[in-house]
Amino acid sequence: MHHTIEVQNLSFQYPDGTAALRGVSFVIQPGEKVGLVGPNGAGKSTLMLHLNGILRGQGQVKVCGLPIEEQNLGRVRAAVGLVFQDADDQLFCPTVFDDVAFGPLYMGLPPDEVRRRTAEALAAVAMSGYVKRVSHHLSVGEKKRIAIATVLSMQPEILVLDEPSAGLDPRARRGLIRLLQELPQTMLIATHDLRLVAEVASRTLVMDAGQIVADGPTAEILYNAALLARHGLEMP
Amino acid sequence: MHIHFVDPYQTGQSPVHRLNPRAKLVLALGFILVTAAMPLGAWPVYVLLFSLTIATAVLAELRLGFLLRRSALALPFVLAAVTVIFTTPGTAWLKLPLGSWAISVTGAGVVRFLSIAIKSWLSVQAAILLAATTPFPDLLVAMRAVKIPRLLVAIFGLMWRYLFVLADEALRLLRAREARSAKLPTSPLTPPPQGRGMPLPWQGRGWGLGSLLWRGQVAGGMVGNLFLRSLERGERIYAAMAARGYDGEVRTLDTLQT
Amino acid sequence: MLNSPLWGNPVSPAQMHIPDGFLSLAVSLVFWVIAAVLVGMALRRSGRELGERQVPIMGVLAACIFAGQMLNFSVAGGTSGHLLGAALAAILLGPWAATIVLTAVVSLQALLFQDGGLLVMGANIFNMAVVGVWVAYAVYQTVRRLAGQQAWGIFLGGAVAAWLSIVIASLSCALQLALSGTSPANVVFPAMGGIHMLIGLGEALITLGTLAFLYAARRDLLTAGAAQTTSNRAVWLGGLALALLLAILSPLASTHPDGLEWVAEQQGFLGKAQGPFFELIPDYIFPGIPNEALATIAAGIVGALLILGVTLVVQRRRVS
Repeated sequence: MHHTIEVQNLSFQYPDGTAALRGVSFVIQPGEKVGLVGPNGAGKSTLMLHLNGILRGQGQVKVCGLPIEEQNLGRVRAAVGLVFQDADDQLFCPTVFDDVAFGPLYMGLPPDEVRRRTAEALAAVAMSGYVKRVSHHLSVGEKKRIAIATVLSMQPEILVLDEPSAGLDPRARRGLIRLLQELPQTMLIATHDLRLVAEVASRTLVMDAGQIVADGPTAEILYNAALLARHGLEMP
Repeated sequence: MHIHFVDPYQTGQSPVHRLNPRAKLVLALGFILVTAAMPLGAWPVYVLLFSLTIATAVLAELRLGFLLRRSALALPFVLAAVTVIFTTPGTAWLKLPLGSWAISVTGAGVVRFLSIAIKSWLSVQAAILLAATTPFPDLLVAMRAVKIPRLLVAIFGLMWRYLFVLADEALRLLRAREARSAKLPTSPLTPPPQGRGMPLPWQGRGWGLGSLLWRGQVAGGMVGNLFLRSLERGERIYAAMAARGYDGEVRTLDTLQT
Repeated sequence: MLNSPLWGNPVSPAQMHIPDGFLSLAVSLVFWVIAAVLVGMALRRSGRELGERQVPIMGVLAACIFAGQMLNFSVAGGTSGHLLGAALAAILLGPWAATIVLTAVVSLQALLFQDGGLLVMGANIFNMAVVGVWVAYAVYQTVRRLAGQQAWGIFLGGAVAAWLSIVIASLSCALQLALSGTSPANVVFPAMGGIHMLIGLGEALITLGTLAFLYAARRDLLTAGAAQTTSNRAVWLGGLALALLLAILSPLASTHPDGLEWVAEQQGFLGKAQGPFFELIPDYIFPGIPNEALATIAAGIVGALLILGVTLVVQRRRVS
């Protein structure tokens, strides 16, 4: 039985030489919901871009047992559903339907299957009525849910979310938390919103300066004030 | 300036709205083609064509005022054709002396000018009717259907999607500049703002080359800023596309909104 | 008067978007064909340069140019300088991508805002996305080669490229209007050219400002363009030739004898005597200006396009 994600000693430098990741290692089991917390600049976003092969560093990243290589990219990207921080970047098609259908379409699925998955994904995020809408008129909360739908339609093994609750008002945030709790997928959630992590994730990774500095049950990590303070975080 | 950022599409469920977008595109282009092919001074034909546009507007449940107002906006260019009144040969209606020359307004010239103006106006109406009854995503489908290269249509689609996002960013830059600049008088006739030392235009400082260069630099800085942000956004969008399997081929599942 | 549309209608910059009805059917269709061929070529070329990023980058940058056209600044009185963006796009993206980006801008302006017609879109695309871009590129590369490594090449080149791109594009527009009989050549060329020499100053200024900003913030974006100089030499040579030809031919058109009717007027021939003479000239060419002048101009333009075509073919052979 494969780990969903297996990262071994991953390192990465930016073109100008700064080290973004320094020997990161962890595994994520199927069904786990894991929070990834840390100060700005810790390398959370950079790490996420390695999980579906957009960035390639030194060390190894395996997704469902597949090492990330040129020939596996298609399958890797279907398996790892990356939801970016700015929903506007992720909704790049003229209509909501086009956006949600994009993933399955590029997986090479037949039109009927594409339509079916699109409908399912929108239903999963409770946005079925939005299928003919135009992305730029939606609110931030609506856009975030549609963005999640755009990767759900690919039926990924794992959802990787970057700051999902950023910019949401309390009501939208509450709706998002409920959604993340309900969705059955394995998840890795990078966020500053420690309360969200407490409600959704059973396990938490703390990252700082390109390294994983703590890895354990959420209850322990989030209530370890000293640990949090050391890495620029505050208890929720 | 905000006319730019009003979506031309008028929501509706009329028969015209529900007509296939490819048909509408072809019909609009056909109408404009026919109008262009009509001879000068063919007033009855123009009236007929106008009745067609009005009829379409009514069928589309559009307010006539909307159509007429929007179509009038495109007409300032008409001034470019004004000179034909004076230069088309024919029997003169009246002569205007200009020093040692005389230019004449000819009947033929007036006919030509009016024909151009009317034909242009009719064509603009057709274009407005197309845009008003067809949501832009459907226009993209229509473009693909008439064999415009998919890559180009995809670029149009992306441009449209981010038009409003970037226009917002541009507006924010404009407001930031306004918040930080003392207003210069906009014409020699407006009085300068209260307070000390505001340069009047003819006193040099407000309109001199140095000041002009500075203002160009500020505007250029905004454009440069917008450009860099757009470039970065383009990269992020590409990352999002790649994350969902984009491989450079344009694939679409054509579904219509209406 | 300064606020009149001739000086810079806020709806469209540089007053170059020709509406439907102003060009004859023949001219419209010919330029549609020309534009289709050139845009198709540009699509393939920019695809080779940008690869998979082609769609997102060019789409967003087209939106950027469109939004950037809002970033005006007061030039004088009630007028303002607006950006067309052809020169900037050519300098920053290279001519092929710039052609596509400007094509998108022109197309959507016409489709969404009726800024420019649909039947005449080929002509508008030719003026702004082809002539505007390639003249700017040719001038910019020439100046940069003259300056070598020195920075002034970027700024002078950019400013002159921007100014000339507006002026020459407006002359191309004037040519189309003249060929269609909408405006007599001896009026439209000086009018368009003259007005756009003024408007072009605004374009030059904003382009200069933008290049200055980018030189400070992201110099790498500017020096990248220089890498293209050698491989595109034939291409910008062709563009320069086109620019020169248009520039030379238009004054010829405007200084051409005013047309017989003025002479006839002074001699008192106005009226019946004139009628039959002008009926000899087929109406679809152009009454009021003798055929030969227009034919010469048209031939000149065709010649320039041929030169461009030949240089492109030659360059492709050299590169591949």
